[in-house]
Amino acid sequence: MIVAEPVAKLVEAFNKLPGIGPKSAQRLAYYLLRSPDEEAKALAEAILTLKERIRLCSICFNITDCEPCLICQDKERDYSKICVVERPSDIPPLERTGKYKGVYHVLHGTINPAQGIGSAELKIKELSSRLQDGSVKEVILATNPNLEGETTAMYLRRIILPLGICISRLARGLPFGSDLEYADDMTLGQAIEDRREF
Amino acid sequence: MKTDVSSKKVGTGKSRSYQTQAIIIKQTKLGEVDKIVTIYTPEFGKLKAVAKGACRPGSKLGGNVEPLTHSLMMLARGRNLDIITQSQTIDVFPALKNDLWRTSCGFYILELIDSFTVENSENHPLFDLLLDTLHRLCQDDNSETILRYFELHLLNYLGYRPQLRECVICDSPVKPTVNFFNPDRGGILCPGCGQEQPGSRPLSVDALKILRLWQSCDYTTARRVKLGAELRFELEQVMQEYIKYLLQREVKSISWLEELKKKGYLSMSMKIS
Repeated sequence: MIVAEPVAKLVEAFNKLPGIGPKSAQRLAYYLLRSPDEEAKALAEAILTLKERIRLCSICFNITDCEPCLICQDKERDYSKICVVERPSDIPPLERTGKYKGVYHVLHGTINPAQGIGSAELKIKELSSRLQDGSVKEVILATNPNLEGETTAMYLRRIILPLGICISRLARGLPFGSDLEYADDMTLGQAIEDRREF
Repeated sequence: MKTDVSSKKVGTGKSRSYQTQAIIIKQTKLGEVDKIVTIYTPEFGKLKAVAKGACRPGSKLGGNVEPLTHSLMMLARGRNLDIITQSQTIDVFPALKNDLWRTSCGFYILELIDSFTVENSENHPLFDLLLDTLHRLCQDDNSETILRYFELHLLNYLGYRPQLRECVICDSPVKPTVNFFNPDRGGILCPGCGQEQPGSRPLSVDALKILRLWQSCDYTTARRVKLGAELRFELEQVMQEYIKYLLQREVKSISWLEELKKKGYLSMSMKIS
């Protein structure tokens, strides 16, 4: 073998990561080889704790290291509003806006009939059981504005509607810095319908 | 790298870019911000092309390459996959996209097109059928007829047209009695042959008549046929069984359609008993 086995093993492991090819994997492995012991150990530990301590919050199914997650145990938040998102990674951008003080529910995917993903594969049952006790007044559907996200939102609407809870959907319109000329018809149409007083 | 690509293509005599109508079938992510878009075109059949930067907010392509959209596209020939340089929406089928059941029927249609076709194989009538079917799903409430009509004509255009006039084994004209349908044989079997042939299923006279009619009539005639619940179910079963046999696998969207039907989540105007 030309390369020592531990190095080859690490290269192989890096190569499995998304967006990292064999050359980048090699570069990363050799970088770690040259770096101080503490740095390499810190990385190894970070990876281990990630797998050991991270789990899903039993209420909102966000990824968390405590039970329930920090958002679900925060007394300051408005528990009568639930924002439904596709993935855990959708929560930080919504939090950064500072405009939302309610709690979340993570579906872990979207309905995608062509890939055989139906409602059973998502955390939809868990969402409806959260809505049963009548304390929730509004559900905000924040799935992505694409075909699968819309399908999921329409399906959730059908489920939530009989419960008499207010359902809202994130507004659709033109992103900042875009161009009217290149906007698609669906977005532009929605932007005109949902225009607001200025 | 780009000059390299173009110089390669000069020798083939094809122009570097071309324009085509397209119906977007599906998209998958490529890296952080790009998408691979599968489209169906009248001139080239199914194609896969790259939409660069389509995941960025404010992308010029973004909303124009969503599935279930009819667009006019400009593509540049690439080394492996062509690249979508411009896309202008012709129709987004809003009536279809704002309805859960219709969208789900749309998913089913796209899955059938994607599973049955191969890339770069021109089939103009199939493109027209796809486009017409999407328009019908927007306007017409009779989704079952739309889907069955689509399935039958899809099979017609792909060379899988089931033989429904004569028994495919003994060649005798079928009589108006309960006959058999056999996916493996690709058509109808008379009672005598059908009982011996494994995999056959009984097919009622009414179902046979409707399949024969729909196979060769236009949609305006097809939609006039009024179907009872039992007959509708039989037709659905026959077609899905045949399609499953041809694809040698389940059509994944069917289980979703079944789930919606079971829960009664059809369009307000579409009632299926």
